[in-house]
Amino acid sequence: MTYDTQFTGQTFKSVGTRPLRPDGIDKVTGRARYGADYNLPGQLTGLILRSPHAHARIKKIDTRKAEKLKGVKAVITSTDLPDLTDGDSELFDILDNCMARKKVFYDGHAVAAVAAIDAKTARAALKLIKVDYQVLSHVTDVDEATKPKAPLLHRNCFTEGIEPKPAKASNIASRSEFGHGDVEVGFEQADVVVERNFKTEQTHQGYIEPHACVASFGPDGSAEMWVCTQGHFTFRQQCAALLGMPLSKLRVTSTEIGGGFGGKTHIWAEPVALALSRKANRPVKLVMSREEVFRASGPTSATSIDIKIGVKKDGTITAADAVLRYSNGPYPGVWAMLGAMTSFACYDLKNVRTVGLEVLVNRPKTTAYRAPSAPMAAFAVESMVDELADKIGMDPVAFRIKNAAKEGTKSSYGPVYGPIGIGPTLEAARKHPHMKAKLGKNQGRGMACGFWFNFGGQTCADLNIAVDGSVTLTVGTIDVGGARASLALVAAEELGIDYDDVKAVVGDTASLGHNDMTDGSRGTFSSSMAAIMAARNAIEELKNRAAKMWEIPVKNVIWEDGHAKAKGRGKKYAKLAPLSLADIAAETPNTGGPIAGYSELVADGAGVSFATHICDVEVDPETGRTQVVRYTVIQDAGKAVHPTYVEGQYQGGAAQGIGWALNEEYIYGADGRLQNPGFLDYRIPVCSDLPMIDTQILEIPNPNHPYGVRGVGETSIVPPLAAIANAVSDAVDVRMTHVPMSAPRILKALKTEH
Amino acid sequence: MEYTAPQTTKDAVAILAQAKGSAHVLAGGSDLLVRMKGGFIEPDLVVDIKRIKNLHQIKHNANSIMIGAAVSCAQMGANKRLKKAWPGVVEAANLIGSDQIQGRCTIAGNLCNASPAADSVPALIAAGARVKIAGPKGRRTLAAEKVAVAPGKTCLRKGEIVEYIELPKRVARSADAYLRFIPRTEMDIAVVSAGVNLTLDRKGVITKARVALGAVAPTALLVKAAAKAIIGSSLDEQALEKLALACSAACRPIDDKRGTVEYRTEVAAVLAQRAAKIAYSRAGGK
Amino acid sequence: MSQLVSTIINNDSVEFACEAHETLLEVLRDRLGLTGAKEGCGTGDCGACSVILDGALVCSCLVLGAEAQDRNIETVEGMADGAKLHPLQTKFLEHAALQCGICTPGFLIAAKALLTNNPDPTEEEIRYALAGNLCRCTGYDKIVRAVQDAAKQMRRA
Repeated sequence: MTYDTQFTGQTFKSVGTRPLRPDGIDKVTGRARYGADYNLPGQLTGLILRSPHAHARIKKIDTRKAEKLKGVKAVITSTDLPDLTDGDSELFDILDNCMARKKVFYDGHAVAAVAAIDAKTARAALKLIKVDYQVLSHVTDVDEATKPKAPLLHRNCFTEGIEPKPAKASNIASRSEFGHGDVEVGFEQADVVVERNFKTEQTHQGYIEPHACVASFGPDGSAEMWVCTQGHFTFRQQCAALLGMPLSKLRVTSTEIGGGFGGKTHIWAEPVALALSRKANRPVKLVMSREEVFRASGPTSATSIDIKIGVKKDGTITAADAVLRYSNGPYPGVWAMLGAMTSFACYDLKNVRTVGLEVLVNRPKTTAYRAPSAPMAAFAVESMVDELADKIGMDPVAFRIKNAAKEGTKSSYGPVYGPIGIGPTLEAARKHPHMKAKLGKNQGRGMACGFWFNFGGQTCADLNIAVDGSVTLTVGTIDVGGARASLALVAAEELGIDYDDVKAVVGDTASLGHNDMTDGSRGTFSSSMAAIMAARNAIEELKNRAAKMWEIPVKNVIWEDGHAKAKGRGKKYAKLAPLSLADIAAETPNTGGPIAGYSELVADGAGVSFATHICDVEVDPETGRTQVVRYTVIQDAGKAVHPTYVEGQYQGGAAQGIGWALNEEYIYGADGRLQNPGFLDYRIPVCSDLPMIDTQILEIPNPNHPYGVRGVGETSIVPPLAAIANAVSDAVDVRMTHVPMSAPRILKALKTEH
Repeated sequence: MEYTAPQTTKDAVAILAQAKGSAHVLAGGSDLLVRMKGGFIEPDLVVDIKRIKNLHQIKHNANSIMIGAAVSCAQMGANKRLKKAWPGVVEAANLIGSDQIQGRCTIAGNLCNASPAADSVPALIAAGARVKIAGPKGRRTLAAEKVAVAPGKTCLRKGEIVEYIELPKRVARSADAYLRFIPRTEMDIAVVSAGVNLTLDRKGVITKARVALGAVAPTALLVKAAAKAIIGSSLDEQALEKLALACSAACRPIDDKRGTVEYRTEVAAVLAQRAAKIAYSRAGGK
Repeated sequence: MSQLVSTIINNDSVEFACEAHETLLEVLRDRLGLTGAKEGCGTGDCGACSVILDGALVCSCLVLGAEAQDRNIETVEGMADGAKLHPLQTKFLEHAALQCGICTPGFLIAAKALLTNNPDPTEEEIRYALAGNLCRCTGYDKIVRAVQDAAKQMRRA
């Protein structure tokens, strides 16, 4: 749908201010309840038994001893979660991941679960379950997995997207291709062509709150669940399908969520908790340990990316080509495809081709992680863009500006862009004082750009006006970091009332229609759209009631500045003072009952998002240690509803990118087991690792949103890998092609290249 | 599991000596509880030594400084006299974990955990620290480098506990320093580390030295060749070069999730050189 | 074997029974209903379970419940004085120093411990003092600013 853009450029009263968030007090006093903070009467403790093997056939599971242990109320295996997926292979893969069936595909794959009266008994019961495995050879490396003799995860996996269908099974689940023009012709026109392979290691979203849920299944076949999730409606849909129950019989309440970053868009333990509760006929609480979080949930892809770019001496890119191999874990996804789509999205290219290969490996199922797949592709492309600028003697910012996409550009993945922010963020970077600041010894500066699509999706909002004129806005998208404040601002803006008179809450699955998850940076974008529509819907009724109170035709009532105003000639109209929302609300018992507005929509038109980051690093040439000493994020927000939380998104994404760039990685042993499933050796940045992260918000309105809003949550993680690689290259003159740029890798590169 | 918190060393030793099954001493708990959480150990008995009053003291005697086994590393950092006498040891102790860990962890625990990467151990070895042990058969004293015998293993016998770590009295024109490499700025285990303790003569020539390396062998190493490389020098370029070579030559590291053989071998030398320079300067060398 | 423990939590005398292997964090959350301290790792690496034990900042996941006998424990639930928030709590809200908020109780406790010992810390001192508390949402920028601002206000008070 398209909206008129009359709101674009309008002056806002509430939107753009920085009030305190409505859920804040609870969160600073310890009262806020997260996933593991919910308890039910008679609740049991659930625990999951996980595979110690990277790849094995399950020959037999003997649960008899565990079942007999005193205090054990239920033991389940895959037979308690029978296959009801009816040929839906995507759903089957979810089921198989939640509870392994014939084979285990990774270290940490769930094979059985218990519910017992306490954790101690549950732990003892896990030890009594005997699983007979036939260990199979495994492959965890993305490049190794594509080799002809690599161990096969699935014998029936024939690469999709290739005509004709391959005769031989492989670990490449599918191939996707994007682009336009003719890259071979483009490379012939180039003066300089560079070609390189880049690798990135697997990282985890690293949310501080482990997955947690409480499930309560009644003998009547209906159930309730409290869970930390980015999408309780989607969780309901998937869990209900796996357990064979109608959607209406499963009510899911989202708890406060302690971080997700995409990792809580997928179900893992939830169907297990429900199945345990169904079998035990008691509520079951299931909380993952940190080790389980790392071994069995979450990670993004490890990648191997070949990039080739050709340029003319004047700085024009003539052709760009990429082959991207992304690890998917054991089940096919769309991760390489997203990498292929985003790789060259920042640029206006005549000839471009990207090929994505989804590679299956014996690692946990790949999951969305903030702008999924884009950071790795951006690392490869933006590193090479920097190298090319250097080769032709052009300033890296000027080089990017010359080739930047703009309104009307046909993007590398197909669509033609509307008004976009890549050019403006680059211009802002060029002018930023950071660019001119002096560098110290062993220091270097890098910059890089990033792109993310953003997403809209199915969204509902209810807006209830109480008799005292205060308003409750109920939304169905999870608030991952302050969205309730933003949505209350939007409702207040539209109704013309004070922010403090609006309370935004997240409803459970019984209170609203289906809402897609908070992913794709859609939470504030889509729910604000629904909130605006719900408010407009309520305003229509407010006008009706005003007309009734005034005894005039409703067509003579307008809504302005939070008041109903009578528009008409004559004495009667002159006497009619404007009615505030509160005035009308006070009379609702006598004018037709409560007033509510609602909206159910598909929030199309999420505007694409661009960012440019600038980064200074200092590299110790004797140890290879890299310290980020200054960092600046410049990103288009469309319209920043609550600028403080927009800044927070920019800073948080940059910090995650810095961790990814320097230290974070999944380390697997030769046995295929994860060696660092904890925060000690999976090293996310700590406070003393980082400098202040400066932000600059640009506002290039999204014409598809009434207020011009774009999603802001994800793009900020896209540029850091490349920005830091470029800064390292500037500091010590080595081109890093392998992320993370850990000290050993940098020191080795220094030894090799110098 | 049982938990007990005796009031005296004698009681602690008696309880441990009589214990059936697996018995563990709890000082700061920052290793013990992690191992329990991970299911690596399931103690039948935990003996908390934090209720033993004299193990909480840092005693400055005429010829040595005694650090009780229950003294937290944060307490060491707050002790100005100790910090002045043994800055390297205190730095090493204060590098173990976060402020939260500092409030609990002890150097005696760090030593007895017997990790090759323990931060305080190379510093203690370089300092020439002696470990006072109480057991069912009485007391004995060991050099710090003798306590750990393999990763996770000490030479302590059943019923024995460490009571004190004894540091020598600081002599004139001497000082120590400790450095480690970690990927982040905090919250990491040493990938490689070096402790150096030096004594100079009036002209700034090194007369005595002890150099220890961490995370480059199954236990922290006292590298005598490295000490020899700098004794008699004023830590000039040539001596530093010889120090580096001696350190790298002593390394017998492994490739693991925290670092490679190549990296550890090279950076051990870098850190030893840097620590030596700091110690030299602290000792008054120019 | 069960232990009977008497202790003081947020100035209240509290008695509880726990098994010897239970951590203070488990006791606080599961036995006493004080769920403000969070378990992010259970191994002392994230600081979400931070409490102050006899004046020392500790991870409650690395303390046994039985060790609490006759100790004095401060948790996030005890930070506000009735309806009056602690300056750190106020400043965390004002600066948007939290996004998801799961790490917030731990940060507040760690920051409180820091400012008790060092009322005027530098940015670097704040960053190192809070290095035991992981935050994955904010990049720490707004947290450091909130602590700086709270310290300033507390020095004036």
